[in-house]
Amino acid sequence: MDWSQSLRLIAPEETLSIASLILLLVAAWGGDKAAKLISVLAVAALVAAGVLVAPALCGGAMGTETFAFYGQFKADAFASYAKVLIYISAAVSLVVAPKFFDRFNAMRAEYPVLVLLAAIGMGMMVSATNLITLYIGLEMNSLAAYVLAAFLRTDGRSAEAGLKYFVLGALASGILLYGMSLTYGFAGTTSFDGISASMAHGLSNGALFGLVFVFAGLAFKISAVPFHMWTPDVYEGAPTPVTTLFATAPKVAAMALTMRVAIEAFGDQAHAWQQIIVFAALASIVVGALGAIRQSNIKRLMAYSSINNVGFMLVGLAVATPQGISAMLFYLAIYVAMSVGGFAMILMLTDEHGNQVEDLSKMAGLSRTRPGLALGLAMIMFSLAGIPPMFGFWGKFLVFKAAVDGGMIALAALGFAASVIGAFYYLKVVKVMYFDEPADVVKGESDIWHKLILIGSCVVISPLGFFLTKWLGHLADTAAAALFTAL
Amino acid sequence: MIQTIAFYLFAALTIASAAATILSRNPVHAVLFLILAFFNAAGLMVLTGAEFIAMLLVIVYVGAVAVLFLFVVMMLDIDFAELRAGFVKNFPLGLLVAVVLLAEMVLGIGAYKSGGLVLGTADGTNAAPAGTTNIEAIGALMYSRYLFLFEAAGLILLVAMIGAIVLTHRQRGDTRGQKISKQIARRPDEATVNVKPEVGKGVQL
Repeated sequence: MDWSQSLRLIAPEETLSIASLILLLVAAWGGDKAAKLISVLAVAALVAAGVLVAPALCGGAMGTETFAFYGQFKADAFASYAKVLIYISAAVSLVVAPKFFDRFNAMRAEYPVLVLLAAIGMGMMVSATNLITLYIGLEMNSLAAYVLAAFLRTDGRSAEAGLKYFVLGALASGILLYGMSLTYGFAGTTSFDGISASMAHGLSNGALFGLVFVFAGLAFKISAVPFHMWTPDVYEGAPTPVTTLFATAPKVAAMALTMRVAIEAFGDQAHAWQQIIVFAALASIVVGALGAIRQSNIKRLMAYSSINNVGFMLVGLAVATPQGISAMLFYLAIYVAMSVGGFAMILMLTDEHGNQVEDLSKMAGLSRTRPGLALGLAMIMFSLAGIPPMFGFWGKFLVFKAAVDGGMIALAALGFAASVIGAFYYLKVVKVMYFDEPADVVKGESDIWHKLILIGSCVVISPLGFFLTKWLGHLADTAAAALFTAL
Repeated sequence: MIQTIAFYLFAALTIASAAATILSRNPVHAVLFLILAFFNAAGLMVLTGAEFIAMLLVIVYVGAVAVLFLFVVMMLDIDFAELRAGFVKNFPLGLLVAVVLLAEMVLGIGAYKSGGLVLGTADGTNAAPAGTTNIEAIGALMYSRYLFLFEAAGLILLVAMIGAIVLTHRQRGDTRGQKISKQIARRPDEATVNVKPEVGKGVQL
C-alpha cells in the first residue's frame, strides 16, 4: 500500500479535519462573537471538500486504485456522489442557522465545528469498506448529532430530543455492533470483500444472525420502520437548522452505507436480506403515510414524510440491481433538494415577534397573506407527493421502474398504492394554505439566505428540474456501476 | 510447577473475592473485594501471556471503573438492606431468569460441541509478527495498518469533548475566577493599611 496515494484519496476528509481543528481554535479564542465568521469558513471548507471530491465523481472512479489504507476506505464514484450530497446539506444547515439561533442568543461558535466533524464522520460512512471504518464513521456522525440535537439547552424540547436520540442511538449502535461481531466471528475478517468471499458458498446460521442485526442497526440510522419511533420526536425537538441537517445529510450517509453493506459485503446473499428490505420498505411507506395524517406540527409531518421517502428509496435497494441502486441515488438527490427547501420554508414561517410557527392551523390562508411562501411550500408538497409535473415524481418513477424491471411487480404495485395514501397529507397542507380562512399569524421578516435556498430548491424540484435528468442520471449510473464493480 | 501454583492461587483468590463482593454487607467492602478480584484476574491474564489485557484490566477497571463505583457508593446514601428487602417475593422470578440463563448456556455449549457452529478462520492480516510481545504487536498494527482509524477515533474523542463543553459550560455572573496577573502585581505596601480608629467609632474599610 502506498501512503501518499492513500493520503491523496482521503483529501476531502483531511481538508475538513484540518478546517474543523483550526476553526475550533478560532472558536476558543474568538468566542461566540466569531460564530458567523466560523460559519462562513466552515461553508468554504465544505465547498473545498466538495471540489476535491468532484473529479472522482465525474471521472467515475472505481476499482482497486480507489482503495486507501489497506482497503479500509474507498473513494470511488459512489462514495463521491453521496459525499457531494452530504456536503451540500451540511453547508445548507450552516447557512440557515444564524438567523434561527440569533433569536435565542444561542448562535455558538461550536455549531459549525460540530457540523464539520459530523460531515467527516458521514464521509467515512459512505466510503467504508471495512466494518471498523463503518462503525467509527457512524459514531463520529452520531456523537456530533446527539450534541447538535440538544444544542438549545435552555429549551426543554431540544434537551429531550438530544437525550432521546442519544439513548435510542446507543441502543442501535449496540445492535449494530453485536451484528458486526457475529459477522466477524463467522467470516473471520472485517473487510467487506473478505466477508463477501467467505459467504460466497452459502450463509451459516450464525452469519445470518449477524446479517439481521447489522441490518436492524442500519435501519435505525435511516429511520426505516420498525425502527422509526425516534424520528418524529427528534425532528420536532431539535432546533430547526439541526433538523434540516438530520433530514438530509445523515440520511444520505446511512442510506449509502446500507447500500454498500448490502451490495459489497452481502451481495451474494441478496435473497437473505431482500425480505428484510422489502418489509422495511413497505412498512415505512405505509406507516410514514398513515402516521403523517394526524400530525398538526409541520416538523413532525416532515419527519413522517422522511420515513415515507426512505420506504420508497428502499424499494430500489430491494431489487439489488445496478438500475435499482442508480434509481435510489437519483431519488436521494431529489429528496435532499425537497427536504432542504421544506426546512428553509419552515424556518421562514415566523410570527411578528420572530417566533417559529410550526402549527399547521396557523398557516391557514397563507396564500393570501404570503403568496410567495405558499407557492414555494405548495411546490415542495406536490413534489414530495410525487405528482407529475414536479421533479419528485421522476424519483418515484425511476424506483418503481427498477422494481418492475427487476421482477418485483407486487412490491411496486403495493408501494404505488400506498403512495396515494401519502398524497393525502401533502395535499392537506396545500388545502389549508389555499382554501382555509387566513389565520394571519405568519408575518415575520424572512432572512435572505432562507429565501435563496428556498428559491434554489424550488427551481430544482420544479419542471425545470427535468433538464437535470440526463446529467444526474449519468452520475447516478456511474456511481451505481462503481458499487457493483467486481474486484 | 510454579505456574500451576500461581494459577491456582490467582483463580482461588478471584473466586473467593468475587463471592465476597456479593456477600459482604458493607458496600464499600464489596467494591474493595471487586478490586481484589480484578487484580487476580489480571494475574491470570499475565499467566496466559496476555499482558496487554492484564494492564487494561488494572488501568481501566481498577483505575477508573472501580474507583467510580467507590465514589458513587460513598457519595450516595443507598440503603442496601432495603434493596434486598423483596428477595423472598422476587425469588421465583430470579429463579426463572437463572434457569433461562442456564438453558442458554447448555444449548450454546451443546450447539458448539455438536459442530453446529462453524466459525470463520481469520484471514491473517492482523496476525502478530513472530517473537513480539502483545503490546508491540498491537502497537505495530495500530500505528501502521490501522493508523487512519486510530486517528479517526481520536477525532471522535474530540467530538465528545466539544459536546460535553457545549452542553454544560456556561458563563455565570456569580463566580470569582482567579486573576493571576493581579495577584502577582500585588505589593505588600498596597496590601496593608495602617489605620488608627477613634475609640467607639469602629473601623472604616
